[in-house]
Amino acid sequence: MSRPAPRKPEYHKINKDLFVLTYGALVAQLCKDYEKDEDVNAYLDKMGYGIGTRLVEDFLARSCVGRCHSYSEITDIIAQVAFKMYLGITPSVTCNNSSRNEFSLILDKNPLVEFVEELPAGRSSLCYCNLLCGIIRGALEMVHLAADVTFLQDRLKGDSVTEIGITFLKKLDEKKYRRKK
Amino acid sequence: MVDAVLFELLHTEMVAELWAPDSDLDPGPGVSAGRGGRGQRTSLQVLEGVGFRVGQALGERLPREMLAFREELDVLKFLCKDLWGAVFQKQMDSLRTNHQGTYILQDSSFPLLVHVGSGLQYLEEAPKFLAFTCGLLRGTLSTLGIKSLVSASVAALPACKFQVVIERS
Repeated sequence: MSRPAPRKPEYHKINKDLFVLTYGALVAQLCKDYEKDEDVNAYLDKMGYGIGTRLVEDFLARSCVGRCHSYSEITDIIAQVAFKMYLGITPSVTCNNSSRNEFSLILDKNPLVEFVEELPAGRSSLCYCNLLCGIIRGALEMVHLAADVTFLQDRLKGDSVTEIGITFLKKLDEKKYRRKK
Repeated sequence: MVDAVLFELLHTEMVAELWAPDSDLDPGPGVSAGRGGRGQRTSLQVLEGVGFRVGQALGERLPREMLAFREELDVLKFLCKDLWGAVFQKQMDSLRTNHQGTYILQDSSFPLLVHVGSGLQYLEEAPKFLAFTCGLLRGTLSTLGIKSLVSASVAALPACKFQVVIERS
């Protein structure tokens, strides 16, 4: 049963596809279970949230990021460290408002849709990658940051880019500070 | 490259969310309209079905030279070594067969059970964590032209056995 070492590259290929294929099969199953796109989207977001709350532990253990002092820094870390570590891509970051709490991640490449050419028929409102929004939201909440995370644009829906919007809401900690006064 | 931990977390979430005890019972008026369509299929079957689709797709992605198996046993060895290695970064611990189409694949430390618990605690929960993988094995075999029935059993976490029974036409 001895096989030569060069088989390794094939392992990587199968491994890389495993998550993407599983995700695709999951979305397909949810489309069978739920008629409305909104329900599938909500479900994906909910599952993503659960994943995010656990992923952040793995991330903090492996990335050695220091304390962040601004929403801008946090968004940069999400794009340049987290996305890179877990999906092998680096979305670009833009800040959308002067109060500097609204940001966008522009995804040039997206491994999740590698095998998806277009949305299934009758599913034009499906946010195929909505799991990602839930993951970001769940992870941020674990570090006491509340945020709204949604897809602002989606190539699968015909937009020119895929854009995830992150709006940081009031820090959950702030209530604590107010009480101390 | 997509990090392996994402798959593990996605699997855990699928087990938690696709597992709906209501669907095991007769779907009555209490079942929501969305889930009602599942009918009599149990959540284990749903998880197995998702695994089957993934196994098929993985099988389709294997390079041609990997598929030149001389005999059935070679296919099973491939599952134990290459598929397990690619999916779980380890090999199956043992493979036994009665040479009449039944194979027992043993993993003394199945990665998807490791975080669930150890020993006899959570024994009841174990099948949920094995359903997807049973489907995965069955799906990969299917792409390789082999029809099978795959089941799994756990005596004590995280060790488990997968039983593959080849269906001869």
